[in-house]
Amino acid sequence: MKVHEYQAKEILRRYGVATPRGRVTDNPEEARQIAKDLGGSAVVKAQIHAGGRGKGGGVKVGKTPDEVFEYAKRIIGMQLVTHQTGPSGQKVKKVYIEETATIARELYVGITLDRALGLPVVMASTEGGMDIEEVAAHSPEKILRQSFDPAWGLQPFEARSIAYGLGLSGDTHKKAVTFLIALAKAYVETDSSLAEINPLMITGSGDVVVLDAKMTFDDNALFRHQDIRELRDLDEEDPLEVEASKFGLNYIKLDGNVGCMVNGAGLAMATMDIVQYAGGKPANFLDVGGGANEEQVKNAMRIILSDSAVKAVLINIFGGIMRCDIIANGVVNAVKEGGITVPVVVRLEGTNVEEGKQILRDSGLAVIPADGMKDAAEKVIAALGKEAA
Amino acid sequence: MLNWISTETKLVVQGLTGREGKYHALACRDYGTQVVAGVTPGKGGTTVEGIPVFDSVEQAVKATGANASMIFVPPPAAADAIMEAAAAGVPLIVAITEGIPVADMIKAKRYLRSSRLIGPNCPGIIRPSSKVKIGIMPGRIHREGTVGIVSRSGTLTYEAVGQTTGLGLGQSTCIGIGGDPVNGTNFIDALSLFANDPDTEAVIMIGEIGGSAEEEAACWIAGNLKKPVVGFIAGQTAPPGRRMGHAGAIISGGKGTAKDKLTAMTAAGIHVVPSPALMGETLKKVLGK
Repeated sequence: MKVHEYQAKEILRRYGVATPRGRVTDNPEEARQIAKDLGGSAVVKAQIHAGGRGKGGGVKVGKTPDEVFEYAKRIIGMQLVTHQTGPSGQKVKKVYIEETATIARELYVGITLDRALGLPVVMASTEGGMDIEEVAAHSPEKILRQSFDPAWGLQPFEARSIAYGLGLSGDTHKKAVTFLIALAKAYVETDSSLAEINPLMITGSGDVVVLDAKMTFDDNALFRHQDIRELRDLDEEDPLEVEASKFGLNYIKLDGNVGCMVNGAGLAMATMDIVQYAGGKPANFLDVGGGANEEQVKNAMRIILSDSAVKAVLINIFGGIMRCDIIANGVVNAVKEGGITVPVVVRLEGTNVEEGKQILRDSGLAVIPADGMKDAAEKVIAALGKEAA
Repeated sequence: MLNWISTETKLVVQGLTGREGKYHALACRDYGTQVVAGVTPGKGGTTVEGIPVFDSVEQAVKATGANASMIFVPPPAAADAIMEAAAAGVPLIVAITEGIPVADMIKAKRYLRSSRLIGPNCPGIIRPSSKVKIGIMPGRIHREGTVGIVSRSGTLTYEAVGQTTGLGLGQSTCIGIGGDPVNGTNFIDALSLFANDPDTEAVIMIGEIGGSAEEEAACWIAGNLKKPVVGFIAGQTAPPGRRMGHAGAIISGGKGTAKDKLTAMTAAGIHVVPSPALMGETLKKVLGK
């Protein structure tokens, strides 16, 4: 789960991390007042989850409260397009008004899981403010890595080694060590999967301050973090994906025209792949789960078809535990009740497969049965061609 | 132990008294596995379909000689269950539970001592020639044979099983290593087993986007595995930055793409298939059958 910058900073402040002063608002008048309170000049920062806000025009420095008002008015309500939002952009609902600062140096610090080690790793670089993926691609030697054991946290000597690697000395070095240990503590205690500070600012007076913060949390651990769960912003999520999650369905919208309903994440991805291999384009990822029932199949079908781009549907169920007759009934009822007009290709395998196929045949509906994944993919592409013709 | 499971395997099921735990414990027993005990704290002294239930894994091991565990404990308590099995000295722990917090798995993995963990979030392990399975895979689609299958996905493994059974090749051992970012047994562990297993003639390796386990496995295969390997990577059409169902199936920071994995696997001499429908027939061709 992702949170906004202002929320991430609020969490980090609880761990003693220094951030510029600031407040969030959805009102330009209030933005003006906040700027006044901060001393006149302030940065107006669009609060959306996607990165690249500055380049998209979502971060502006106002030199006076009036300028801050103007920028806030312009940014609140805009469709902010960045390299992470997709072409339609994301609507800005709130701005964060933050005091300006004099920057001496900009650094990068991030903590994430090192999957190969099975431990969290601190990554740090002197190339602050840059896209870390680009740094990793072009000059990987500029990224320092220090893994640590969450059982006892980042140790002072580990933090010192990172701070030396960043070329810090004296009082700033000490402050950086304190910051790194606090960030690691916040990462562990909140069950983060990413805590990224880019840039981490060294001020003119040698202070270590978080200028931008991005935090992502482990969905599987949210059950023990009521406070973080409350920060979820449904406006940042695709409405169909939110709807699907209510029924325990794992749905991700893509930009093709073949709707897919599959059981199991791996098989669902493989089904998308085979659709493309056969010459089509998947409209979505949808995992109905291992124990899906008739009701879930119906809901899954409804969600797939609420995407108007879908011109054909491929259902691929390898029922290990799941009974094919149940799936078949779910499909038939969904097609009947929903008045479905697009062709539906169904591949069933597993327990009671013959009964399942019989139910599809007896339904009198335009449901096309298939044998195996290859046959299913080819049939759905053929059906798509007929639709277009 | 050459094979991780055999006719000597005696299984304790942690979470036996739950709906899923009971269903799959009985399915394992029906397939041929000796299911000797269940563990549910507070329900010791009861039985489930003739299987004695204990309060702790330690008690279950003492009373029944259980040497493998299958875990159906819900996510918040699953890591604790893994550590309990490890503390009781159970040599093989298969965690089926999906949704365990990463931090809990980091802890559990470091606690394992000499135990082998398969999973979590996996279908388990099956060896058709011994008529033993620990997991949720449907036993009837398997057939005794010579193909070792290792996979991060559940139902996609069944797909490979279905294809190899259909072509008459059958399986030696199938191991689902699970879809989580931090897991116990990895590809290389499973491939080492296949390398030394005289019953395994060839391997199907099924990976997916996210992490670099496939790249590491490809490196290992190039230097260590003389048997032919057919490989597939799920998620070639998956968008970056999105978690595709499995907690570990995500392309992040430009890392973990299907393309990188396929390139590494091809370079290692693995017979990479572009379509999941081609796993079985490609393997058959490679074996000259």
